[in-house]
Amino acid sequence: MLEIRGLNVKYGAIHAVRDVCLSIGKGEIVTLIGANGAGKSSTIRAIMGLTRCTAETLSFTPPGQPPLDLQGRPAEERVKMGIALSPEGRRILPHLTVEENLYLGAYSRDDTDGIEEDLEHAYALFPRLKERRSQKGGTLSGGEQQMLALARALMSRPSLLMLDEPSLGLAPFLVEEVFDIIQTINREGRTILLVEQNAFAALNIAHKAYVLEVGAVAIEGRGEDLLKDPRVQAAYLGG
Amino acid sequence: MTLNMFVQHFINALGLGSLYGLIAVGYTMVYGILRLINFAHGDIFMLGAYFVYFTTVVFKLPWLLGVGISIIGVTVCGLLVDRIAYRPLRNAPRISALISAIGVSFFIENLAIVVFSGIPRPVVQPPLLMKPIVVGQVRLIPLGLMVPVISFFLVGVLLWMVYKTKPGLAMRSISFDIETTRLMGVSVDRIIALTFALGSALAAVAGILWALRYPRVEPFMGIFPGFKAFIAAVFGGIGSIPGAMVGGIILGFVEIMSIAFFPHLSGYKDAFAFVLLIFILLIKPTGLMGEKLEDKI
Repeated sequence: MLEIRGLNVKYGAIHAVRDVCLSIGKGEIVTLIGANGAGKSSTIRAIMGLTRCTAETLSFTPPGQPPLDLQGRPAEERVKMGIALSPEGRRILPHLTVEENLYLGAYSRDDTDGIEEDLEHAYALFPRLKERRSQKGGTLSGGEQQMLALARALMSRPSLLMLDEPSLGLAPFLVEEVFDIIQTINREGRTILLVEQNAFAALNIAHKAYVLEVGAVAIEGRGEDLLKDPRVQAAYLGG
Repeated sequence: MTLNMFVQHFINALGLGSLYGLIAVGYTMVYGILRLINFAHGDIFMLGAYFVYFTTVVFKLPWLLGVGISIIGVTVCGLLVDRIAYRPLRNAPRISALISAIGVSFFIENLAIVVFSGIPRPVVQPPLLMKPIVVGQVRLIPLGLMVPVISFFLVGVLLWMVYKTKPGLAMRSISFDIETTRLMGVSVDRIIALTFALGSALAAVAGILWALRYPRVEPFMGIFPGFKAFIAAVFGGIGSIPGAMVGGIILGFVEIMSIAFFPHLSGYKDAFAFVLLIFILLIKPTGLMGEKLEDKI
């Protein structure tokens, strides 16, 4: 579904992502783990088109269609193609209501019936959002804002959903809930690229994982294999 | 003061105020989205007046056609200003766009002198709009009544667009967080262009009504109404559309009524706006209906 070869991101003199290669198959949960500043966010921002990058290959294959080159396309066009990003820090629009936030997520679509259907689906998945539908986004708790960010990203009906640190700053029981929901979303047929600092939880649900160190892929493999890998255990799983 | 005189002043104040409001809405919308004070906005207003002068007085087109062409022409000018002077500076420091705005303003004014010459031109008022309606001892001119009615109607339509339509939702979203709005699949440049188009169209209507109400046009006619409308926007709370309208109305009443009741102050007419500005900046710097500007997270 997503093929990346030789991805590089530079911010001035800082070389944030070096020759990263990633491959994500349809229906998979793939996770990028690594320390702060390892280049995880830069990688997905580059995939989304928010950060300038160079790449040998950056191609996305929407279901049932031929592969498309992402380079040179603005972020809004990538959303239309079926890529969505739930950004780091949630970025809820605090002055818009919960429902307006959700409608904004469906901005790239014109099928009114389908949007209403997905809105109901989102409310079924996150009942608390339904209770708070007419409240301003800024009045929600951190956990509710994370749910809203997830629901909003789903409103564009993405085939590839990218999540940047969805568990950041959440209480442990909410972290568990978020990871359960990610698996539910995946079972509904969406491919997921998950960036996480909570390596244990991410590796537990991931089919495939990449460990980034100072901007380059250091280790890659199946999620469960990496959980047992001594290098990963030492560096990211607390021994 | 007779009843007739008071009603005349009242309608004048309402008319002048709603024209300030109509221009102020354009300042406030662009500021709300880009944090840019579009100094060329007063000159866009001036172009509206010239367009209607040329279409109806010089080329003698029917009124409605002339007005239609004027609104479309001015909207295109507003879009060009954004495309040429502001869009290339979207990622530049804010001060660069501000300097560009001042440059565009000078450019339009001086281009207008070259193209239209600096001589003021008279605008012919349609006789139909000038025939007084007599109610008791009060004589009302239809044009004077039309100005606030049209202005309020248009601002009502604008509010409906901003709060009830999809592009309006995108506008409100951009005003808080441009990058997240792009993530939602919104083509941000297109929404910004729409904002300039709407603001310019309203300025065009203000220019047309102004040219009819005070029937002459000249290249610098946009400067003072532009300043005052900007003050109205700040007074009402910059970023707030109803605030811009309220600020405009208050300014219109202050200007007209103070001279009506204290005629010897008429020499200071243009100073009242600035007094009002200093006053609000001292008492409530965010304006009447402005929200506290939070830093973006």
